[in-house]
Amino acid sequence: MHPAPSVIFFTTFSGLGFGLLIWLGIGMPAVTGWTAFAFFAIAYVMAVGGLLASTFHLGRPERAIKAFSQWRSSWLSREAWCAVGALVLMGLYGAGLVFLETRFALLGLIGAALSLATVFTTSMIYTQLKTIPRWNMPLTPVKFISFSIAGGALLAGQVSIAIVLLLLAGAIQLLTWMQGDKAFAASGTTMATATGLGATGSVRAFEPPHTGTNYLLREFVHVVGRKHAAKLRIISLLLMVVVPVILLMLPFSHILGVLALVSHVAGVLTARWLFFAEAEHVVGLYYGKR
Amino acid sequence: MTTLPAKTDKKLGLVIDLDTCVGCHACVISCKGWNTENYGAPLSDQNAYGADNSGTFLNRVHSYEVQPDVGAAQLIHFPKSCLHCEDAPCVTVCPTGASYKRVEDGIVLVNESDCIGCGLCAWACPYGARELDQAEGVMKKCTLCVDRIYNENLPEEDREPACVRTCPSNARHFGDLGDPDSAVSQLVAERGGMDLMPEQGTKPVNQYLPPRPKDTLPDAGHEFDVLAPFLEPIATEPKGFLSWLDKTLEKF
Repeated sequence: MHPAPSVIFFTTFSGLGFGLLIWLGIGMPAVTGWTAFAFFAIAYVMAVGGLLASTFHLGRPERAIKAFSQWRSSWLSREAWCAVGALVLMGLYGAGLVFLETRFALLGLIGAALSLATVFTTSMIYTQLKTIPRWNMPLTPVKFISFSIAGGALLAGQVSIAIVLLLLAGAIQLLTWMQGDKAFAASGTTMATATGLGATGSVRAFEPPHTGTNYLLREFVHVVGRKHAAKLRIISLLLMVVVPVILLMLPFSHILGVLALVSHVAGVLTARWLFFAEAEHVVGLYYGKR
Repeated sequence: MTTLPAKTDKKLGLVIDLDTCVGCHACVISCKGWNTENYGAPLSDQNAYGADNSGTFLNRVHSYEVQPDVGAAQLIHFPKSCLHCEDAPCVTVCPTGASYKRVEDGIVLVNESDCIGCGLCAWACPYGARELDQAEGVMKKCTLCVDRIYNENLPEEDREPACVRTCPSNARHFGDLGDPDSAVSQLVAERGGMDLMPEQGTKPVNQYLPPRPKDTLPDAGHEFDVLAPFLEPIATEPKGFLSWLDKTLEKF
């Protein structure tokens, strides 16, 4: 799959932003006034910024409002509802904390649940696709949610919880890679099933239908990205889990905390780039590529 | 609505004969021609006369080499367009309702004025049947020439998809695959029509007829001539007047 920067930014930053909103919604940290304002501002910049980034890959962004209509069948539409619901409720809850110094606990809990649902629906957009076997497994939403709440805990300053959650998220990421590497073969889709010619003999792509490139090859067949996959996996795991955990275990200071966060974000961006670049779409089989 | 209909009245679709397709790409060109000039946004090309050209097509012809365990390899030309699946994954992922499957005939269409160009339907399609038009920013796909097949302004014989109408080798057939008595359904039954990527669970309506095994040549060394039988005299012994003339002339 083509690793489009807009979608990488969207999933990374909205995941972190909604992750922080989850922690703020359950009152960890229990902040009010200007401190609360700062926390909510960071969460909203990330969540809303991520959502805005996602509109950059649309062919017709001016019609984006129509994406709210198909919540009965479409995960993308459900995500739109969850995101707006979470942002509105958490906005009211945050206003209570900032301006009234009052915590409307129930509102916060519902907002936290909707924030979690937003991350889940985002992950389901990718998980539902049978055409991309690497994404089409229950571990995909588990991974998205684990990184969202771990990164959220880091942003929320929940140091001891963040250490545990980061390690857990790292373990889930490793499992996802191990299972994902076998997924394409396990899907049973091959050039033989794609062309239906397997019964006659072994099938080889002889000539593509066009001399130049096309939308399908640009969007779905991204061979270059997989070249350094093993190295990038190690780099991303070091940056998003190992370095932040070490920094958090040192005596706490705000500088180390910021460094841990920067490292984590860089690691998640790398991992998210790989999430797209490594994913192989079955349509590549028609071109003898993956 | 992007929920799929539980049942469609008809299952209009194509039957593509991989045995007779000669790979001429006439269907590709006639499709591009009709669908650029008619329903929806034109199928744009980018940098059409430059070095790095590309464009939107609803139908493309691949070519494959199939090597059996014994015997010569076969070259198979393989036209591919939307298969108008019963369980079309491209429809249910659509967030705006632009993608839909028609209840009356099962055709999968895109309402281009509702499409936001998110590309998710193309991600969900295992066959590469959908392409995002780079000029228009909306998703394009095969309409089964919905503006031809019901078009009463066209002569009767033209009321079929442009690709079927133009195919010079009759490798493409159009009809109702939901009706077991239709010509296309009988063709599928007779020739063992198949689904592409059945494991994806899309239940495609379009069917592909597998290539027939290659003819075996006579033993080496044994002379053969396929045209000789056509050159043999039809009547060996003349009859009637010719017989009398023949016999009479023999006497001299």
